[in-house]
Amino acid sequence: MPLSSLCGRPEMNTCNSFLSNHKRALADGMRDGIPIGLGYLAVAFSLGVAARKAGLTAFQGFLASLLNNASAGEYAGFTVIAADAGYLEMALMTLVANARYLLMSCALSQRFSSKTPLRHRLLLGFDITDELFGITIARPGPIQPWYTYGAILIAIPCWSCGTALGVTAGNVLPARAVSSLSVALYGMFIAIIIPAARENRVVAAFVLLSFLASFAAANLPLISRLSQGARTILLTVTLSALAAAFFPVSDTAEGGENTDKKGGRP
Amino acid sequence: MTHNIYLYLAVMAGVTYAIRVLPLTLLRRQIRNRFLRSFLYYVPYITLAVMTFPAIIDATQSPAAGAAALLIGILAAWLGAGLFPVAVLCCATVFLLELFLIH
Repeated sequence: MPLSSLCGRPEMNTCNSFLSNHKRALADGMRDGIPIGLGYLAVAFSLGVAARKAGLTAFQGFLASLLNNASAGEYAGFTVIAADAGYLEMALMTLVANARYLLMSCALSQRFSSKTPLRHRLLLGFDITDELFGITIARPGPIQPWYTYGAILIAIPCWSCGTALGVTAGNVLPARAVSSLSVALYGMFIAIIIPAARENRVVAAFVLLSFLASFAAANLPLISRLSQGARTILLTVTLSALAAAFFPVSDTAEGGENTDKKGGRP
Repeated sequence: MTHNIYLYLAVMAGVTYAIRVLPLTLLRRQIRNRFLRSFLYYVPYITLAVMTFPAIIDATQSPAAGAAALLIGILAAWLGAGLFPVAVLCCATVFLLELFLIH
């Protein structure tokens, strides 16, 4: 135990248990990260197909996924790139598509121990995704950053390499395979929306309304001339504001709890 | 292409990181404003719904296959299937249908 020699004798026991706790948390996290990583590999592939359509190279796709770790956010970003829209639209689009992470971040902030150093908040914040948020918040007690780091170590390589593969293999695979793989991403979106819609009638009604409004916006004369990203921002903000104004959520049904359930599935 | 892809990626990454890390570092209390909380609660579902349809029917070679994938996906998720199974089912639906629809 060379590391224990770093600790003063009186704290030796606490120091040892501290180290073994980290090791166990890290191993637990890596174990729970495997199914998440496999899912990511498939969905990231589909995202890579979208990246290729937007004109990104495999390396750019890899970089986008490494730095963002966000399915909807990256997809939305790729539509902005494909439309060659401005950087401000990119910023707004990313903000809207990733707004749910704001919510999860708020929920996680409540669960950090005041003793946990700031650097863990800064590092863990880098990879708040639906799944990693779900497994992190599902662990009882204060957040153990090393558990989440374990899962991140598996998830990020799968996510970034999957995207690069999607960009590359999207060129090589037959059109029929690309066509079927390209819906994996939407399948994931559906799997996030529907459980919430099932539990909450207002969400269900607004999901349906969003489908209709989005279809209309893509086909109506004036609004369809806006870029896809601008339409998404416009519709999301309008419909969410309407929902919030007419159907405010009760104090008990807070976002954190709902995202908790949602994130807990995979 | 008049815009730089790396600059696009930098904007994306910067905004994404800010969204994730600012509440985590700055917020030590619950958000009290009811409208804001409700708005934040609805945004994820509505934005994903807006991005899913009609995009899913444009993503496939045959729009009918995309529409079928949407319906099958909704049904599977409604019955409790998780993220990965739903994604795989959607892919399988398109693959099988396009065997018949695309020649």
